[in-house]
Amino acid sequence: MTQLQTTPSATVGPYWAIGLTWEDGPHVVAPDAPGAVWIRGRIYDGAGKALGVGLVETWQADPDGRFDHPDDPRGSSAWPGFRGFGRSSMANGGEFAICTLKPGRVPDGEGGLQAPHLDVSIFSQGLLDRVVTRIYFADEAEANAEDVVLHGMPEDRRATLVATPAQDGYRFDIHLQGDRETVFFAV
Amino acid sequence: MTGTTSGSHLDLPRYARTDPALRTPVGFPEYRSTGLRAPLRTPVDLPHRLTEVTGPLLGADRVRPEDADLTRRAGGEAVGQRIVVHGRVLDSGGRPVQHTLVEIWQANAAGRYRHVVDNWPAPLDPHFDGLGRVMTDDQGRYEFTTIRPGAYPWRNHDNAWRPAHIHFSLFGRAFTQRLVTQMYFPDDPLFFQDPILNAIPEAARPLAICRYDYERTVPEWALAFRWDIVLRGPEQTPFETEDDGDVA
Ligand SMILES: [Fe+3]
Repeated sequence: MTQLQTTPSATVGPYWAIGLTWEDGPHVVAPDAPGAVWIRGRIYDGAGKALGVGLVETWQADPDGRFDHPDDPRGSSAWPGFRGFGRSSMANGGEFAICTLKPGRVPDGEGGLQAPHLDVSIFSQGLLDRVVTRIYFADEAEANAEDVVLHGMPEDRRATLVATPAQDGYRFDIHLQGDRETVFFAV
Repeated sequence: MTGTTSGSHLDLPRYARTDPALRTPVGFPEYRSTGLRAPLRTPVDLPHRLTEVTGPLLGADRVRPEDADLTRRAGGEAVGQRIVVHGRVLDSGGRPVQHTLVEIWQANAAGRYRHVVDNWPAPLDPHFDGLGRVMTDDQGRYEFTTIRPGAYPWRNHDNAWRPAHIHFSLFGRAFTQRLVTQMYFPDDPLFFQDPILNAIPEAARPLAICRYDYERTVPEWALAFRWDIVLRGPEQTPFETEDDGDVA
């Protein structure tokens, strides 16, 4: 089988908002959906300064732990009004905000269950490729302790992946560099 | 054969990883604003599980037929060289990526974006907003009609200019396939001084440049350029190797 070379990535540049702003982007579910929570945060650079603009995208399972996708071998699920995907343009003063439902646990393929999590892509001017992280939840300590990705990670590194409860949902700040650099993943 | 709901082994596609020697690094010193942004630690390897091999398959309901033609906005015709930009979206196994959303944005013929922070002294065009969206068809094909974008200055280095380019965003069908990139035009004299293009390893750089397409050039209407986009494909499994008759 021939393997084609993949197209290389490039930065979104400074003007991505023209192409990638969706009015309903942050709404994985409608804000008035039962159980809806907001995940909010800022992205800090190596000087500790919050980025004024940037694009954050999330992908996750529904509250039953199912993906609305044909490659979910358990059969794709369609939670009413649930898109699975969120896109925030950080329009309000450098804070990103995603309105969603907390995902359920998802099989890890090794006989266990992963803790509730979101996969996250961060795009910005000054990043030539996306950077990828995960959001876990502080109020899922038991599930987090069993999670195959968090398992074996030093406590201080692991803490960078955990969102903390906030007034209308959760808070998750991202540090691109520095002592508190977020754990980023190669996918 | 597919796995069951809980517990046992799940049989999932795994997406081939691109050779690091052919990937754009996240940071590149000559592109100055990567300095405080590109993470410094080595990323942690994340095996492909359910979250990574699935992804948003959305878009069909967000795209209108007129979104494929960027030359007729706000009731008039955009100024500049009219061009057709087309190609196929494939995975690295050569299979078409069907019915996937392609989003583009670009500067106008004068090199100016319709964006609040772009205020260099080049004119805006009332009939050009620089935004296009299409879904690929069942062969993975996409096509836009647009205006050839102009070059524009930026402040990265002395007398810095971006070569003409169109920004592309693609989802594919899995989180692992997500791609945001830029398409360049052949033989642009500005390539040598552009750190965004030159951050791409030399062996992969030609893949970022479209080719002029005379066959698809429309007489007395538009020049055409072809650009195929290749997303990561599912890794070949040993089973497929033994039985690869039907794999392109
Ligand atoms: Fe640009």
